[in-house]
Amino acid sequence: MTEFFHMGGYAFFVWTSYAVVAVLFTYQFLSSRSQHKKLIRQLGAEVEHKIRRSNKS
Amino acid sequence: MTTESLNSSSRGKKWLWFHRFGSPAWVYGFASRWAMPIGVVALLLFVVGLYQGLVVAPPDYQMGDSYRIIFIHVPSAWLSMFSYFVMAVSAGIGLVWHIKVSDLVARSVAPLGAMFTFCALVTGSLWGKPTWGTYWVWDARLTSELVLLFLFIGYIALSNAIEDRRTASRASAVLALVGLINLPIIHFSVEWWNTLHQGATVTKLGRPSIDTRMLIPLLIMFFAFNFYFLSAMLYRLRCELLSQERRTQWVREIVND
Repeated sequence: MTEFFHMGGYAFFVWTSYAVVAVLFTYQFLSSRSQHKKLIRQLGAEVEHKIRRSNKS
Repeated sequence: MTTESLNSSSRGKKWLWFHRFGSPAWVYGFASRWAMPIGVVALLLFVVGLYQGLVVAPPDYQMGDSYRIIFIHVPSAWLSMFSYFVMAVSAGIGLVWHIKVSDLVARSVAPLGAMFTFCALVTGSLWGKPTWGTYWVWDARLTSELVLLFLFIGYIALSNAIEDRRTASRASAVLALVGLINLPIIHFSVEWWNTLHQGATVTKLGRPSIDTRMLIPLLIMFFAFNFYFLSAMLYRLRCELLSQERRTQWVREIVND
């Protein structure tokens, strides 16, 4: 197991590359999903606001 | 009914599926249906590919374990160019035929392309240090890949800088199309110039000069990256469609559910 993490002495280069890719890919994926949720909420509020305003007038 | 009218009606039907791709509401539904399953396939491929690449594949006889960066470097580099191609072509289609969905595809691919290009540069740099003894050289392959990153950033900046959406997508489409010239330069840079970067290994005609136990994880990771790209693009496209079409009836129906 330690041998696996050691990567034949190239641990820094191998694990940094994999970490950069993993972090960016995960962040990108999660952020676009949460942006979608936020948009739905925001647009829903806008529509409701409009309906309420048109009901008043 | 004459044969001619039969022909034209069947031709009309054949084109019907294609026209749906121009309808934002239909594309939104399509993206919602497929983004998740494609993402799950990507995740499974990543698990298998990482295990094969980091555990099963033997160390290289020259580079030792540092070569394992190849399993993320090559797919990132491939996708950096592929996403540029997708971005430029769909921006071009949007420019010529004024198809809104096409513009939005280009907009959602651009940040992904920038990310893949950045990953290709960083992993390449981290592979270069133990192999060539340097993180960076101004060599043709590396420089043209850096230019690709600037093209992506330029496209994103330009399409966000102009207030009017149609002018913005028109201007950035022209930039994307002009930048297409960089793709053959990246691909052939290792042949046209004397570079530190090695030539093609896998796509070489005839026998690929790589051990099968190394080729298999590379291919699995290649498919994992492509599925990831597809899924991520569909998720981004959903957001682009919603915010672009916020005034339309179909968006109101979706957000009210």
